[in-house]
Amino acid sequence: MEVNIEQLEKDFQAKIDAGISIEPKDWMPERYRHQLIRMMSQHAHSEVVGMLPEGNWITRAPSLMRKMVLLAKVQDEAGHGLYIYSATETLGISRDEMINQLLTGKAKYSSIFNYPTLNWADMGAIGWLVDGAAIVNQTALAKCSFGPYARAMLRICKEENFHQKQGYQILANMMQGTEAQKQMVQDAVNRFWWPSLMMFGPSDKNSPNSDELMRWKVKLYSNDDLRQRFIDRTVPQAEAIGIKIPDDKLKWNEKTRHYEWGEINWDEFYAVIGGNGPCNRLRMKQRNDAHKNGQWVREAAIAFAEKRKKNKAA
Amino acid sequence: MNKDLFEYTLRLGDTSLILSQRLGEWCGHGPMLEEDIALTNIALDLLGQAKAFLAYAGEIEGKGRNEDVLAFHRDANHFRNLLLTEQPNVDFGFTIIRQLFVSTWQHYLYSELTHATDKNMSALAVKSLKEVNYHLRFASDWTLRLGDGTEESHQRVQAAVNELWNYTGDLFEIDQVDEALLKLGIAADMKKVEASWNKHIRQVLNDATLSVPEINNFMRTGSRKGVHTEYLGFILAEMQFLPRAYPDAKW
Amino acid sequence: MSDKQLQLWEVFTQKKTGMSFEHAGSVRAADKEMALLNARDVYSRRGEATCIWVVPSECISSSSPEDIASFFEPSDDKIYRHPNFYKTPDGIKQV
Repeated sequence: MEVNIEQLEKDFQAKIDAGISIEPKDWMPERYRHQLIRMMSQHAHSEVVGMLPEGNWITRAPSLMRKMVLLAKVQDEAGHGLYIYSATETLGISRDEMINQLLTGKAKYSSIFNYPTLNWADMGAIGWLVDGAAIVNQTALAKCSFGPYARAMLRICKEENFHQKQGYQILANMMQGTEAQKQMVQDAVNRFWWPSLMMFGPSDKNSPNSDELMRWKVKLYSNDDLRQRFIDRTVPQAEAIGIKIPDDKLKWNEKTRHYEWGEINWDEFYAVIGGNGPCNRLRMKQRNDAHKNGQWVREAAIAFAEKRKKNKAA
Repeated sequence: MNKDLFEYTLRLGDTSLILSQRLGEWCGHGPMLEEDIALTNIALDLLGQAKAFLAYAGEIEGKGRNEDVLAFHRDANHFRNLLLTEQPNVDFGFTIIRQLFVSTWQHYLYSELTHATDKNMSALAVKSLKEVNYHLRFASDWTLRLGDGTEESHQRVQAAVNELWNYTGDLFEIDQVDEALLKLGIAADMKKVEASWNKHIRQVLNDATLSVPEINNFMRTGSRKGVHTEYLGFILAEMQFLPRAYPDAKW
Repeated sequence: MSDKQLQLWEVFTQKKTGMSFEHAGSVRAADKEMALLNARDVYSRRGEATCIWVVPSECISSSSPEDIASFFEPSDDKIYRHPNFYKTPDGIKQV
């Protein structure tokens, strides 16, 4: 049978325009597959690397209940990483290959996790800001054109709801506490505010893949739109509990019904992406160590299974 | 208050708490994502047990110390956790063998306690037993896999058995607390627990092609009296730091 | 020794007894016991299951998008298979 690529591409685009989701066995342009693998694996890696900064505080959580919530939350992130790896595997790349790309620095993960967690209020700030930003992103992705990705996002959004709430609750509690606690909160927000805004990626005018991704409905909203949505939603929450957002230019615009905000430090953004954030090397070392230290365990599991199979056959 | 029952409940609560603390160190560093999630599930179960047992201990004591005060404001010599639980993770093999030893102990202990004449104790035992049965299955499966996996895994896990064996005597020490409560029908009969533990552990190790170390007379004991290994002090320094540094703060 | 991959398994969970099993996701595991435990730990953290199936992914065969026309479209015009195709006289109770 003669296959006409142009026709296939046309049909593919028509399907997307009609809102029909693309499934793994459907024909898709190589570039669509490639872009999805890039985005989805980056997302999965972010979940997994994202366990580290919060994992720091599991052993130091200040009450048994806080320890439980934090453990459950960090564990969810492992689960989310796993869901997204699985969804990505349907595109013809294995989890091992993806992990290998992460460990060799070929694949990226969200830069936010290259910032350190320095005090307990950081657990609140991460839940509130970082998970808050992630939810804005992921709610959009739950409607994306690739079925397995959209389904994984749906599941993740459902689970992640509590992440943001517990973070905000940590901060709200601390803001009613002692002076020292209030200072911790403000310090945490000062450090995490701008990096959270950077999570939405470069400004639209500097986002090279955006047009194509939007045409394919992999992305449904532009980086700047999502960033705006996040700010509009978050600023009133800060005010409600007495947190000051570290941006002198931040103000409500009655006409547009949106907040205006200051300039993101894009030099910092590109420096952290380029590997020079405060914790890039540490995070990569921790992931590499975990992988290396786990190798004998994985090998043993495989060897044991093979032995059992042989014994059964014999 | 029943001082013996307070002491006994602390032992159970502290054991779950410190083991959970150790398992929590794995979160984000496991050999594969699935095992990361599995170990954290166990840590969460144990933390829930710790919270419940310590809350009950505080109630028995009647001095207004709740589970958090007990967890975060006692020094090492007042902790009653098994020495095994404070031993470091070292590698996945050590973690599994430590889990196997403790979960087996908890399994037989809680099984006995489900018949305790103290209603709170028996209710806590019933709930905890369900969780521990899963932990035991998980740890036994992995012991098999690692023991009978590769040469390297066999060696590593045998080293863990040999090292951790020294702390197993601590599991079965009997003192006047056990004796007094046993008469009241509240405590587990440690002799029975010990016999069952030995039988099960020998079976699992044997199936996993691992050898059982010789019984020795110099086992490390002392958890009943609050005499611990050096590790506990470091664990507590980390775990208790925030509530200690900010005693008037609520979190 | 090169790092070999653990096998991929598909996980199906039953939310309540009596209900059908639904696909929940996948896990990696070396054998079926490990797959079952991993599936339990990953896919029932919020009480989502009363029973779990695990199946090696390679054992599942799927129809392909090209099959849609020949597999499923022929049933589209068989409207007589649906109860609302039939009109019953007014006042007659459903069996």
